Amino acid sequence: MNKIINDIRETARQLLAEGKVDVVIGYEKGSLPLKATPCFVHSSEGVDSLIWDETCENNLATYVAKTPGKKAIVAKGCDSRALAVLLQENQIVRDDLYIIGVSCHGVIDQRKIGAEVGEILEASISDGKISVKGMEGDKEYLFTEVKDATCQTCRYPNPVMEDLHIGDTIEVSQEAAAFADVEALESKSDSERQEYFKEQMSKCIRCYACRNACPLCYCQECFVDCNSPRWLTGGVNRAENLLFQAGRVMHLAGRCVDCGACSRACPQGVDIRALNRKMTKDVYVMYNHESGISEEGKPALNEYSANDPEQFLVKE
Amino acid sequence: MKISKEKFGQAFDALVAEYQIIAPVSDANGIAFKGVKSFSEVKQDYLNSKLPPKAFFFPQHEKLMSYKKEGKDVTVKSELKVENTVLFGIRPCDAKGMQLLDMVFKNDQYTDPYYFERRDKSVIIGVACNKIAPTCFCSSFGLSPAGSEGSDIFLIDLGDSYDVEVITEKGKAVAARFEALSELSADEQALVDKIKDAETSSKVDVSTTTSKLDKMFNNPYWDTLQEKCIGCNVCSFSCPTCHCFDISEEVRKNEGTRVRTWDACMAPLFTLHGSGHNPRDNKKTRWRQRMMHKFNYFVHNNGSMSCVGCGRCIKGCPVNMDIRQVIDGANKAELVVE
Ligand code: SF4
Ligand code: SF4
Ligand code: SF4
Ligand code: SF4
Ligand code: SF4
Repeated sequence: MNKIINDIRETARQLLAEGKVDVVIGYEKGSLPLKATPCFVHSSEGVDSLIWDETCENNLATYVAKTPGKKAIVAKGCDSRALAVLLQENQIVRDDLYIIGVSCHGVIDQRKIGAEVGEILEASISDGKISVKGMEGDKEYLFTEVKDATCQTCRYPNPVMEDLHIGDTIEVSQEAAAFADVEALESKSDSERQEYFKEQMSKCIRCYACRNACPLCYCQECFVDCNSPRWLTGGVNRAENLLFQAGRVMHLAGRCVDCGACSRACPQGVDIRALNRKMTKDVYVMYNHESGISEEGKPALNEYSANDPEQFLVKE
Repeated sequence: MKISKEKFGQAFDALVAEYQIIAPVSDANGIAFKGVKSFSEVKQDYLNSKLPPKAFFFPQHEKLMSYKKEGKDVTVKSELKVENTVLFGIRPCDAKGMQLLDMVFKNDQYTDPYYFERRDKSVIIGVACNKIAPTCFCSSFGLSPAGSEGSDIFLIDLGDSYDVEVITEKGKAVAARFEALSELSADEQALVDKIKDAETSSKVDVSTTTSKLDKMFNNPYWDTLQEKCIGCNVCSFSCPTCHCFDISEEVRKNEGTRVRTWDACMAPLFTLHGSGHNPRDNKKTRWRQRMMHKFNYFVHNNGSMSCVGCGRCIKGCPVNMDIRQVIDGANKAELVVE
């Protein structure tokens, strides 16, 4: 067992034994290869199921507000950023929260592996290599080859706030700072872009896994469920699907922490992140704002600063 | 009896003139059941579709009727348009799933015309699973990867030909077009027997689940079970037997349509009353509903469990909630005095 897992378990054991928290929210081994699953440990006997590796793909911040009592949470960079936004928006109470921070090298894009080897029968991860046995064949990957797209552009792999840090910290690569993916989409013609989103939106089945996996989509009543006024019908078609996603992106403007939880949750492989990334870039360029990078900051739309770049304003 | 794939393909292509044909095809997103015009478009080597074929009888969003008011005149129009349809390549779990849906849409008091117009005008050509995914567990329910239950015609893929079993009258009408049927060779018969004997390697014991659930309504099991669920619709929408729906009006000015849309016990509007009260207002009561409905209520009402072990919900769930583990957990849960 590696030291990080050991330290997570020991920390959890102590916190629970001393009654400092009622529950530890972390990950345990899932039922499918290369899948971890969120787990809720309520007593120190349960801590040995906790794990940490490149399969821990869910954003656990999603659970914090809905879980009663005092809780500890295993947080990677993006989970901690979501927690920071939730704190800024008064959705959670800092004193009820103990953040076990772990720096994250990224998570595995299973979909990419599955597309090549078919159903995954067995898999193992060691030394940055992933060996997979699939129904259509076996293959060995370097982790970097199958790293989730989100993690390739991650600027905050280290938790931005934490009560305890476990393991080493990670240096952020310079290329992560760029928005090459967004620029590629921006450089397409309108009709190419339209085609792209048509294709993506035609895959959506409106299961709302993206919304529910998102730590920042916490509205008591989401606009899609509101029937007076009725923003959307139950019609599952490209136009309505796009309206849903466009609405969601707008609601996440200056709030989305680019964790990619929505994209990974989507059973249909819709490129939801393309829209979110564009908005993230715009907020960065226009307001010089990155969401949830510190506990103290304010959401972009809640604050006015005369120093915003705001090059969209017509100035005299 | 067997038919060569060449002859089968010819019969299939000839059916296009009379039937809308739905078959598995490979698209950007995996395998999907879609309309095809020729056998050459059909994907023959596939595990199962990502989404269940139930939508062909029970669409996700369906217009039940439309209406218009002009002055004092109101006109109401039926929106039901149904074609004779062949569904080809349906796996045994899904064929069984359709039989379970039949029980929902028809009972001693009511027959759902929308569902049955389509169902009655369709012919199911089932195809056995030669390859079994690790998430398939149909054998748990007395079903089998080569079970013909629910199919009108059942095929077993032998490479260059299909073993053919014609099961119902509806099947007979279609199979009448199959030409040059011949006997299986001894080797082929052995292969057929092998495929018929196969079981899923993944199985869960459901022998005591229903009676156990009888005593579990207030069990603390539900308190912890639901914790990691994020309450999306993936499990219900990908399930061949889930059938909850909502009926609503989509109205603009003086005209509108009455539509039926899929609902799911995890969705926020599920069982929400007009008053704002919801008897199932948390994930605990929703997950209990999901389990109870599939493995208890449905058994009491219809004599069968309403899970066929297709494994779609296991693959699709964003938090890896695995129904096999949930059943197992219920089997093992400690009973409390209710
Ligand atoms: S999409 Fe918008 S309305 Fe819906 S939960 Fe997210 S932020 Fe709220
Ligand atoms: S998770 Fe995917 S399929 Fe589901 S609503 Fe979101 S985009 Fe659509
Ligand atoms: S798919 Fe998973 S997360 Fe979504 S409602 Fe079902 S069990 Fe919950
Ligand atoms: S509950 Fe899951 S495994 Fe069972 S039939 Fe439905 S989708 Fe398939
Ligand atoms: S109540 Fe839930 S489990 Fe039962 S049919 Fe409806 S959606 Fe499926």
